[in-house]
Amino acid sequence: MRTINSNNPFGDSHQHHVLSVLVQNRPGVLARVSGLFARRGYNIFSLAVAPTDDADYSRITIVVDISATPLEQIVKQLFKLIDVVRITELDPRKSVERELMLATVRIEGEQRGQVVELANVFEAKVLAVGNDAMTLSMDGTPEKLDDFEELLKGYGIVESQRTGRVALPNLEREARKGALKGKAS
Amino acid sequence: MSNKETLTGAEALIRSLEMENVEVMFGLPGGCILPAYDPLLKSSIRHILVRHEQGAGHMAQGYAHVTGRPGVAMVTSGPAATNMVTPLCDAFMDSIPMVCITGQVSTTAIGTDAFQECDTVGITRSVTKHNELIMHPDDIPMVVRQAFHIATTGRPGPVLIDVPKDVLQNTMTWSWPTDEEVIASLPGYRPTTKGHPKMIKEAAKLILAAEKPLLYIGGGVLKARAADVVRELAELLQIPVVTTLMARGAFPDNHPLCLGMPGMHGNATAITAMQKSDLLINFGARFDDRVTGKVSTFAPDAKVIHVDIDPAEQGKVRKPDVPIVGDCRIVVEEILKSVQELLAEGSTQVNIDPWRSKVSGWREKFPVAYDQSEPGGRLKPQFCLEKLRDAAPEGTIVVSGVGQHQMWTSLFWKFNEPYTWVNSGGLGTMGFSVPAAIGAKAARPDRTVWAIDGDGCFQMTAQELVTASTEGIHIKVAILNNTYLGMVRQWQEMFYGERYSEVNLAGCPDFVKWAEAMGCVGIRVDSVEEIDGAIELANSINDRSVVIDFRVEEFEKVFPMVPAGASNDDVLLHPSQESERGLLR
Repeated sequence: MRTINSNNPFGDSHQHHVLSVLVQNRPGVLARVSGLFARRGYNIFSLAVAPTDDADYSRITIVVDISATPLEQIVKQLFKLIDVVRITELDPRKSVERELMLATVRIEGEQRGQVVELANVFEAKVLAVGNDAMTLSMDGTPEKLDDFEELLKGYGIVESQRTGRVALPNLEREARKGALKGKAS
Repeated sequence: MSNKETLTGAEALIRSLEMENVEVMFGLPGGCILPAYDPLLKSSIRHILVRHEQGAGHMAQGYAHVTGRPGVAMVTSGPAATNMVTPLCDAFMDSIPMVCITGQVSTTAIGTDAFQECDTVGITRSVTKHNELIMHPDDIPMVVRQAFHIATTGRPGPVLIDVPKDVLQNTMTWSWPTDEEVIASLPGYRPTTKGHPKMIKEAAKLILAAEKPLLYIGGGVLKARAADVVRELAELLQIPVVTTLMARGAFPDNHPLCLGMPGMHGNATAITAMQKSDLLINFGARFDDRVTGKVSTFAPDAKVIHVDIDPAEQGKVRKPDVPIVGDCRIVVEEILKSVQELLAEGSTQVNIDPWRSKVSGWREKFPVAYDQSEPGGRLKPQFCLEKLRDAAPEGTIVVSGVGQHQMWTSLFWKFNEPYTWVNSGGLGTMGFSVPAAIGAKAARPDRTVWAIDGDGCFQMTAQELVTASTEGIHIKVAILNNTYLGMVRQWQEMFYGERYSEVNLAGCPDFVKWAEAMGCVGIRVDSVEEIDGAIELANSINDRSVVIDFRVEEFEKVFPMVPAGASNDDVLLHPSQESERGLLR
């Protein structure tokens, strides 16, 4: 499986960037943001959105899989949306990132014990157990989720769902590559 | 005004428009917008009833082009809103301030596929600077204020307000938000107007040090009302100027430093000056593909100073050496001041005389050219334009459609005053001319307004001449009628081996009769001898609109031309000049 977290052995120049976009919490704002990506021909890899502690604002965490030059352009275009208040690019090395995954895994006989053991190692939770299947939940860094998912595949994933990452800058060091100020027209 | 005044949403909407000093609006009523048309009966606003909603949009654009004030259009929901998409997109591409109000089905019916319902804000999201669906009548004054603020500040553009019918019918308590409240309500909107002082100083130094500087000015100069400051800078340092399609008139064509329009159908001097320049001083232009030609070979030796109020234009096409985000007027004033300071401190400008004499040489050798018609032959469109130009009173506003006639007008007219040229540049909307001319004339009734149109364009929106007649807005239309979709025909001739596919408009209606049926005077011109008389007659009529049908040569092409995707270095000159092209190296 190729995920955005994988180190590509072929020296793929693509890089993932995490944009934390503070927006006014108003109807249609997500459509404006996602529509802009579509209109300018850029792909959103994952997206998570929820209101902030101040209910007038929402934070959209967008992971994009593009090189730096078009990123600068898309950030500038995003700024032009009237509802966008601030955009911060989070350097993955200087921020905390978390993602949640739910997975239902097929299990037969003694495999159940193996999966539970695996879940313990990864600090995942068992949410439900059936005769031949088990539902697990795990939150963690996206890389850790990748690893866990890969191992679960050996047993057979019936269904799984990931949330897309949310991120904040590290507490000790400001991870803001550029708190891109100066609003666009 | 009492704080407790109760109004219907419709009354609040019309009063809000009055508070924003709207004098003229263009529109056509229908089901959902009906409530708003009632208070209009006693409003100070002049409403111009159009024949098609697209016409209302282009009229609002024409109005905005010549005044700098936002054009206002109001139409109903569904098909009216979709008819407005083209003008909105046109205004978005050309940064025209515009406020469009659309009716919407009642809030209770939204999402039910009700009669004449469409997702107007969804459809227009990518063709407006901003749009808003109002869900409560209390919000009307604030949303209208925000719309005018957003449309006219920063990089101007169209804003759409979608108002459901019950929001117009229900009542609200009137209150008019203050400027501070409007700004506080838009925490994400803070356009930068002042340029960075360090960058301005840097720009001034580069300008003085350049051996082959060139001012490349675009529509932003007109939007920022910066024409006079740009001229002051150009004259102080004697730097030649090219004016893009959107900036024709921003620097006078009769000025010795003016080189005219660059680009795909620009003149050879303007194109070559860009290619050979060592410093492009871009004020409010956006390195459009029609200007740059093949980007990788565009102005290869030039450093770039780019002044633009929209940060997203910086580096979008060409990476600037000195990017300056800000309002053109404010920034150019600062650059001028900085240059003057440097000169006062003893800095000197590099001698640019060799560059200027080189440019003059090109200009002498490569004037915009065309072959005169043979005696008794067909009319040449360029000749008709020259005649129209020479007979036009000072201050005439020229509005074109899109295609060959547009390029000829830009090449052959002399625009000596800002805000006298109106056209659809970015979107290239055929049919723009007639309605936009009506909007321009509604704004400037004191001026002569000539719509220069093609026969293809004219047939798209000609019915708005009915609006012109009934509203007493008298424009003049010159159709350069070659019975072809001329620009497409030119491409088929040059790039598709003369395989003409669906470009012949033979079977055009009788434009003279059509004009008369719409309450205008119609004049046909078939021969050179008839031109002067027809133009004189047209210019003498002021109580009706006039349409002149110039029957012109069918196979005339626009030259110079940089073929799509080719380098500006490979511009195709008029055949009579090709032998001299070595001089452009």
